[in-house]
Amino acid sequence: MLPNEPSGSSWRANLIGLQTIVIKEVTRLLRIWPQTILPPVITTTLYFIIFGKVIGSRVGTMGGVPYMQFIVPGLVMMSVINNSYSNVVSSFFSSKFQRNVEELLVSPLPNSIILLGYMSGGIARALLVGCLVLLVSMLFMQTTTLYSIPITLAVAFLTAALFSIGGFLNAMLARKFDDIAIIPTFVLTPLTYLGGVFYSITLLPEPWQTISRCNPIVYMVSAFRYGILKHQLSSDMIDIEIGLAFAAIGLFIVGLFGLALWMLKQGIGLRT
Amino acid sequence: MMPTTNPALEIRNLSKTYRDGTVALQGIDLEVPPGEFFGLLGPNGAGKSTTIGIVTSLVTKSAGAVRAFGIDLDHDPAGMKRQIGLVPQEFNFNQFEQVQQIVMQQAGYYGMPRGPAREQTEKYLRKMGLWEKRQTGARMLSGGMKRRLMIARALVHEPQLLILDEPTAGVDIELRRATWSLLEEINDQGTTVILTTHYLEEAEALCRHIAIIDHGRIVENTDKKSLLAKLNVETFVLDLETAAPEALLVDGYAHRLVDPLTLEIDVPKERSLNEVFAILSRQHVNVLSLRNKANRLEELFVNLVEKKGQNADAAE
Ligand SMILES: Nc1ncnc2c1ncn2[C@@H]1O[C@H](COP(=O)(O)OP(=O)(O)OP(=O)(O)O)[C@@H](O)[C@H]1O
Ligand SMILES: [Mg+2]
Repeated sequence: MLPNEPSGSSWRANLIGLQTIVIKEVTRLLRIWPQTILPPVITTTLYFIIFGKVIGSRVGTMGGVPYMQFIVPGLVMMSVINNSYSNVVSSFFSSKFQRNVEELLVSPLPNSIILLGYMSGGIARALLVGCLVLLVSMLFMQTTTLYSIPITLAVAFLTAALFSIGGFLNAMLARKFDDIAIIPTFVLTPLTYLGGVFYSITLLPEPWQTISRCNPIVYMVSAFRYGILKHQLSSDMIDIEIGLAFAAIGLFIVGLFGLALWMLKQGIGLRT
Repeated sequence: MMPTTNPALEIRNLSKTYRDGTVALQGIDLEVPPGEFFGLLGPNGAGKSTTIGIVTSLVTKSAGAVRAFGIDLDHDPAGMKRQIGLVPQEFNFNQFEQVQQIVMQQAGYYGMPRGPAREQTEKYLRKMGLWEKRQTGARMLSGGMKRRLMIARALVHEPQLLILDEPTAGVDIELRRATWSLLEEINDQGTTVILTTHYLEEAEALCRHIAIIDHGRIVENTDKKSLLAKLNVETFVLDLETAAPEALLVDGYAHRLVDPLTLEIDVPKERSLNEVFAILSRQHVNVLSLRNKANRLEELFVNLVEKKGQNADAAE
């Protein structure tokens, strides 16, 4: 018989638990890379070709940079958002569906560790895909310098964290496989397209500009564009002040994380 | 160390009403002393899995209290979960993961570092006869192997209380007996075992104490010997030559006419069948054949397996 864990070492036990989930999640997304990594890279490359090369050449410049270059940050952000969300929603929902989520529910792991574990998979996939897409975009852009790597990375990381929680919430509420496509189709995609990926919201007439400021994705795209293009872009093309953008993203993360923990505690969608 | 005086499991006034209004438990009390081999029996839908679900945190309770080794579910859920290993009624592992990975992961969820986790995994996979299959995807295992995988997974953190929800459902008779001796071994080493089953024979072979639950209430809670005395009645099915008279009377025996040619009758083990036949003869009811109702299929199956074995021997 193993000695019972004294409570002092439970943070260590939790760390091992977290590590176990992280390894499981990362192994999963790497194992099925033709479903998780390849398609987003192909899709975004097509975006670059169509919007950047074909259409962009007619649009000319925006904010002092070629249109192609202007949309790169938004397109990368779009894949960060989609991939973090869909990784967690499909992984967590399928563990609900196959019931192996019960392995976690019967274990002594706290809910926060379960949540962080699944988020890590979403973040890993988003960053991996994001980097690949950014590398591909460099082939299309004239320049290969980023304004600030720390800001760029931080925005990508926080955005991935946020949408990983979103995917987790979606998976908790989903009852069937169809339910995991509802939020991406009816909420994420419209918000992304209206989130300043293809244009600066400063170009919009009122009241659309003010309405756009209620869209959280605007903050992420703007901050990401800041991190990549600040040195080349005319300043009136930065939609949101960078500090405000970080604050907004941080607030969203705290809010959704709290909501997810509360729902886990209630056992919503998990315990009958 | 836990004081050993605390019950391994203590359930007080536990009730559960599911969200759709189904009342699954209506205030049950159970106490399982440490080291016990405890059987929880009852018909389909009686509330066995619900009880186990609440104890293992898969189901939320509506009211009542649950403690394992004195640790309260509400006050220290993680502490209580650490004491328990669960073999659920339905397969609940990821079908796309490998056998070894599934057990290793579970050890990780319980905070076991990689080295010990690997050793424990090997130990229990060997014990379950699954070591050769460790690299196999779980979906490729046979039904019996899947059940044993879940037993290995439940044991990997060496819980003090092992709960098994119908561990031998759909398992063939030979494998079932192998599972039994394994559970006995685990119990001999000091682990408290709680088991649900539909096979009376299984409870009879393993459990020292048996509780029977029906419609969310405990209707019987006693040691096996007293229960067996109560169950000491055999049901026989009699095929009759001619239709029995409407007013057939078999005084002193519970009986029912299934159809005019088939009579079911309960005979306490200490009473002679001759008496029954005498009563029937007096009413000019002739019996063509008779069979034992309980476990008929099972006995038939055992006979078949044994015959097969003999044929194989003869062929050599
Ligand atoms: N998730 C659920 N939602 C609603 N009702 C449920 C749910 N799970 C079980 N029940 C109901 O609760 C009652 C008890 O079910 P439970 O699964 O505990 O029975 P059981 O004794 O394990 O039966 P079995 O021997 O068939 O496994 C049944 O009426 C069942 O229909
Ligand atoms: Mg059941």
